[in-house]
Amino acid sequence: MTNSLYITLIPLLPLLGFFMNGIIAFQQSRGKGFFSTKITSFIACSSTFLAFLISVFAFITLFQNPDLVSLKASNLLDWMILEEFSLSFGFCIDHLTSIMLLFITGVGFLIHVYSIGYMKEDEAYARYMAYLNLFLFFMLILVLADSLVFLFVGWEGVGLCSYLLIGFWFTDKEKAVAGKKAFIVNRIGDFGFLLGMFMIVATLVGIQGDASPTSTNFLDIATLSQNAHLLGPGITLITLCLFFGATGKSAQIPLYIWLPDAMAGPTPVSALIHAATMVTAGIYMIAKLSFLFVLAPITLHVIAIVGVSTAFIAALIGLTQYDIKKVLAYSTVSQLGYMFLALGVGAFSGAIFHVFTHAFFKAGLFLCAGSVINSLHHEQDIRQMGGLWKKMPITAITFLLFTLAISGIPPFSGFFSKDEILYMTYANGQHPIYYWLGLLTAGITAFYMMRAFVYTFMGETRYKHPEKIHESPAVMTYPLIILAVFASLVGFIGLPHIFGHNWFGHWLNSLGQHTPHHIDGSFLQEGHLMLISTAWAVFCLYMAYRLYTKNLNFTAPIKKSLSFLYNLVYNKFKVDELYNALIITPIKVISDCFLNKIFDAKIIDGLMVNGLAHASRFFARSLSIIQTGYINHYVFYLLIGLWLVLITLVLT
Amino acid sequence: MTSISIHHYLILSALLFCLGLIGIIIRRNILIVLMCIEVLMNAVNLTFIALARYYNNIDGHVISIFVMAIAAVEAAIGLGIVIALFRNRETIKTDDLKAMKG
Repeated sequence: MTNSLYITLIPLLPLLGFFMNGIIAFQQSRGKGFFSTKITSFIACSSTFLAFLISVFAFITLFQNPDLVSLKASNLLDWMILEEFSLSFGFCIDHLTSIMLLFITGVGFLIHVYSIGYMKEDEAYARYMAYLNLFLFFMLILVLADSLVFLFVGWEGVGLCSYLLIGFWFTDKEKAVAGKKAFIVNRIGDFGFLLGMFMIVATLVGIQGDASPTSTNFLDIATLSQNAHLLGPGITLITLCLFFGATGKSAQIPLYIWLPDAMAGPTPVSALIHAATMVTAGIYMIAKLSFLFVLAPITLHVIAIVGVSTAFIAALIGLTQYDIKKVLAYSTVSQLGYMFLALGVGAFSGAIFHVFTHAFFKAGLFLCAGSVINSLHHEQDIRQMGGLWKKMPITAITFLLFTLAISGIPPFSGFFSKDEILYMTYANGQHPIYYWLGLLTAGITAFYMMRAFVYTFMGETRYKHPEKIHESPAVMTYPLIILAVFASLVGFIGLPHIFGHNWFGHWLNSLGQHTPHHIDGSFLQEGHLMLISTAWAVFCLYMAYRLYTKNLNFTAPIKKSLSFLYNLVYNKFKVDELYNALIITPIKVISDCFLNKIFDAKIIDGLMVNGLAHASRFFARSLSIIQTGYINHYVFYLLIGLWLVLITLVLT
Repeated sequence: MTSISIHHYLILSALLFCLGLIGIIIRRNILIVLMCIEVLMNAVNLTFIALARYYNNIDGHVISIFVMAIAAVEAAIGLGIVIALFRNRETIKTDDLKAMKG
């Protein structure tokens, strides 16, 4: 295995960009130093672009050498070396990582460019770019890491950047709270991830004798894959814990609540972090550890159930939202649910394929939304939009392309990935309800995306100042166009079997090699399913188009007659309220009544802090009685001391 | 008629030492306290000289002369302090000097 040190440059370049822009931002915040948006933009974009070029180079190297399993820069640094356990830093690019790298740096670069236009009037421009670069650094660490702990470093780092960027406009209390919520909810998931790692180490450390693990670097992913069979029955619990970590990062039930609130951040951030890259970290982690998850069929069932129910519920909520970013946020949650469904049925490469295509069309959708929001002076309510088709043609056309892609209309990319997931779900011999729920969700997705499109771009202009609407500058539209081209075309790298060679699936065929595949479906069946899902998506798109262009409020009578159900869905099934009542309120009550008023006031302050003070004061008072100030008394004490010394000398 | 032995000297010096100590502890007049300190030192001197004679060793004599010099210095400084004290406080009673009370 050759050591390819140059791959360390991929994360280090954005880190360098972060430091340079960070210094600029710091100096600027103190009102000193030279500041120019051009230099900041150049640093941020060029560092990302160079990272992208190196990623492409790494990908081509892997592509041209079929024998080469991975590019490695291992053992860069020893973290700790103990007798029974060791840890080292290292980077590793295997086929899965190479795909992730391509779209993280590629889409990342486009979003950096887009941000130049979107954020140009912001005071803290340099700080924004610095955070964005820092995010890319941690995200690249996450995908490049060759051990679970190092992956976790990136995992926490992207969480931090997510928090910083959601609360970017922290003077607005609501936005600061949203950032905090994302951070805390993610920490809950991270706890599961940590527990999973601890259990792996605890299990492997205990194994002695002939069957002992091949290396003490247990959390190294390559070592772990050799030792996965040693984990025994505990593997179900371990994988469940790891999956719980993934539900936090990737916004699945029960921890999805932070993602819709995360829309408080700047829109390019929503596109980069909360749609294309960070939220797919959970899927990446499970796919990377597929060798563990295939050994735990129960966990896979849980993943499938969580995934499909998240996909369905989030799509339902998405139907009722009026904030364009909230619609897209619930759509993201729903699509992430799809990916987990794919993981759950063992279609690891299908899940990553959907991650890949989703990165393009969802990032594109968010950037379109950002373009609209920017043009309408931060108006996000789709009821206030309408008729933007003529005023913002590029945004409208790209939005339509992305909508077709996410709805699964051939030949756009979403069709291929979604169809593969649905096919694998159907063919993997599990309960058919997964398939039907997935298919239903696909229809709902098409429906609400078309609804958002019609609301935003068709009909009459409902915005108060229609004369102010303008198409976004080229720096924002070019990324949109490039993303639209990719969103339309990348699907062809993962053709369904009946059309020919599925290159993407072949590229990732190392994932989940031991999956209990029961693909008993024939080519004919795949064709049928494809026809069904396409027809269903087209039908839903068309229905939404007809109904909403005719009358935007055609749902009013339905809302009235089903007001209870509608309000339930509109208020996001009141999950936030439920969590408030079940978890947050009890914690607050316990904190206030017990921890604050009793434990803190009485025990910490009363017994320990004041108690110690009182005790020392008591002893000091007692001793100070003998300190009379009379010289005669002191001489007397001296005499007693002398006497005691003499007694001891004589007696010993 | 018994001759005066080393024991007599040592007992006398011990008695002198105890007298000096008792004087320091129970007397309230600083002048008396200073005189008692002199008594203490002379008790010690007596011991040195008696033992020096007993052992036929010159060291004890040397130390006793040294102690006398120290005692003279101590008396001078002590009396100086007492005078300064009296000028400030108009008292030399130890009862009135308890500024160091805890």
